[in-house]
Amino acid sequence: MDKMVPYPSGAIVPERDLNKTPILETHHLGIDFGGLTAVDDFSLTVGRTEICGLIGPNGAGKTTVFNMLTNVYQPTRGTILLDGRSTAGKTTAQVNRMGIARTFQNIRLFSNMSVLDNVKVGLHNSIKEGFFASVTHAFGFRKAEKIADGRALELLDFFSMADIAGAKAGSLPYGAQRRLEIVRALATNPGIILLDEPAAGMNPSETAELMENIRRIRDTFQISVMLIEHDMNLVMNICEGICVLDHGKIIAKGTPEEIKSDPAVIEAYLGKKKEADGNAEG
Amino acid sequence: MLKYKSLSKFARTNITTYGIVIIAFAILFPLQSAGMLSNSINGQLIPICAYIVLAISLNLTVGVLGELSLGHAGFMSVGAFSGVIAAASMQDAVGFEPLRLALTIIIGGIFAGIAGLLIGIPVLRLRGDYLAIVTLAFGEIIKNIINCLYVGIDAGGLHFSVTDTASLGMSGGRIILNGPQGAVGISKIATFPAGFILILFTLFIVLNLIYSRTGRAITAIRDNRIAAESVGIGVTKYKLTAFIVSAALAGMAGALYAMNFSTIAPRKFDFNTSILILVFVVLGGMGNILGSIIATTVLYMLPEMLRDFRGFSDYRMLIYAVVLILVMLLTNSSKAKQTAENIKFRLKNTFTRRKGGGSGEVSENG
Repeated sequence: MDKMVPYPSGAIVPERDLNKTPILETHHLGIDFGGLTAVDDFSLTVGRTEICGLIGPNGAGKTTVFNMLTNVYQPTRGTILLDGRSTAGKTTAQVNRMGIARTFQNIRLFSNMSVLDNVKVGLHNSIKEGFFASVTHAFGFRKAEKIADGRALELLDFFSMADIAGAKAGSLPYGAQRRLEIVRALATNPGIILLDEPAAGMNPSETAELMENIRRIRDTFQISVMLIEHDMNLVMNICEGICVLDHGKIIAKGTPEEIKSDPAVIEAYLGKKKEADGNAEG
Repeated sequence: MLKYKSLSKFARTNITTYGIVIIAFAILFPLQSAGMLSNSINGQLIPICAYIVLAISLNLTVGVLGELSLGHAGFMSVGAFSGVIAAASMQDAVGFEPLRLALTIIIGGIFAGIAGLLIGIPVLRLRGDYLAIVTLAFGEIIKNIINCLYVGIDAGGLHFSVTDTASLGMSGGRIILNGPQGAVGISKIATFPAGFILILFTLFIVLNLIYSRTGRAITAIRDNRIAAESVGIGVTKYKLTAFIVSAALAGMAGALYAMNFSTIAPRKFDFNTSILILVFVVLGGMGNILGSIIATTVLYMLPEMLRDFRGFSDYRMLIYAVVLILVMLLTNSSKAKQTAENIKFRLKNTFTRRKGGGSGEVSENG
């Protein structure tokens, strides 16, 4: 008979989140596309107010993980627990209502709608306005819209965007579009927000502002932030826990200090020391 | 003018759209009552009202929801024939004609809405070209089903059959629907004011819907389906909502349309009619409700107007086609838009110069 051992989850969360249900837990998550295994054995625990980074070389499967977490792709194997509840078999919209919101690597705004309306679409499930109220503009329509407008402006104001609430979303500069996507995701009142390369295409001062904003989101809304990012300065500065993915598998998990000195991570990013000269493309 | 600009987009759209419709009615109705309209225009008033409602309702599916539906005449047909049957059943029970017309239109809308639900559930799983093809097929299916439907009424109530009139098993009474011949002996109860009210009702429903929580969800699905799902919008639910509302309004228009003729055949509501409505929507501008109204009026009147011009009447369909192509080209080419802007700019300059005395000279070159 084998000897009993502790469950090798290796989960680490910030101390303040220790006694609470993790907002997100995945166990041995995996997905195959045809014969190709894109992600395999992805197990991760994210604390309730943790800022968590998901990094790895291009094509490692990071966005695939986000797509599985939001059920855009149904995982082939494994389970996802969102605030302790399984998301298996749910649609993307249902998973969002369970408390997960996201932004996209290639911005996906409702570009023909105003900035305010984009946020109000995010508030959709918290607006109490039925079909008949919508069609007649009566039966509590005014009140519902007034509350929605107030809440949307409040959220926009949080990112100093209230003054451009009437502008068309598609006409905004790039950085503002990225911020608007975050505001829209926040409007759905999530427990965890997934940011897919939020700093892509930003200059250093914009990135610094973004870092500040991410911290403010966590502190103000008391939610967890998980982000995919290639800007190591940003990741190492604001993430408390980091998970490194390569070829669809987790090669390291830990604090920024641990990740920085992890030989597997260095190998994944820079190639093996021995072969470094002869095998440049590794 | 300044006040108008400071209003919300919803208020501005409302004022312009309702305003134009009401003004048009205020001009046309007295003329019609006084008998000052020519026969051809007089006969077209109600069909135009019906087609305006159809174009607005299709605009909800094509322009606002962003799904191409090629079966709109099918819903019109369901509304028309359920309306005809309802009107015939109520002929004795409801003597007051406007009330009977209203009930007929409502029943037409309800049945078309149900058809929209039944067709929408399987069809809205598809997207783009596939959805267009399947709605086309459903439109034809509806046409063919009604084509072999026999309905009669006698003292015992309604009788239905799909084989022939003999198998209806009627004792006396009369035939309402006679297979491919369609509805016969309809009492023409449709009136121009009823058409006007139906347009106002449609505008009320559609404009309110666009500027509401439901409308935002529908527009969001059109703009970016994946993002809409990611913020918790149930795509199927809202697609279906838009589709059913659109079908129900089309059914109401169909009932009004049918009540304007003494006989009406199922083959009237074929693919060509669907395309005709789609042409109104496309030329009026996707999602542009006022555009649909204007395009419908102009394009519906055009072939008839050309008929009146001697020498043109032989080529009227040719001219109609050329006009369609020109409008398509002009509204889509950037050069045409630039020219329009230039003309607008010059006109503005001319006016300001007249008022201000030579202040516009500098910008004359531009």
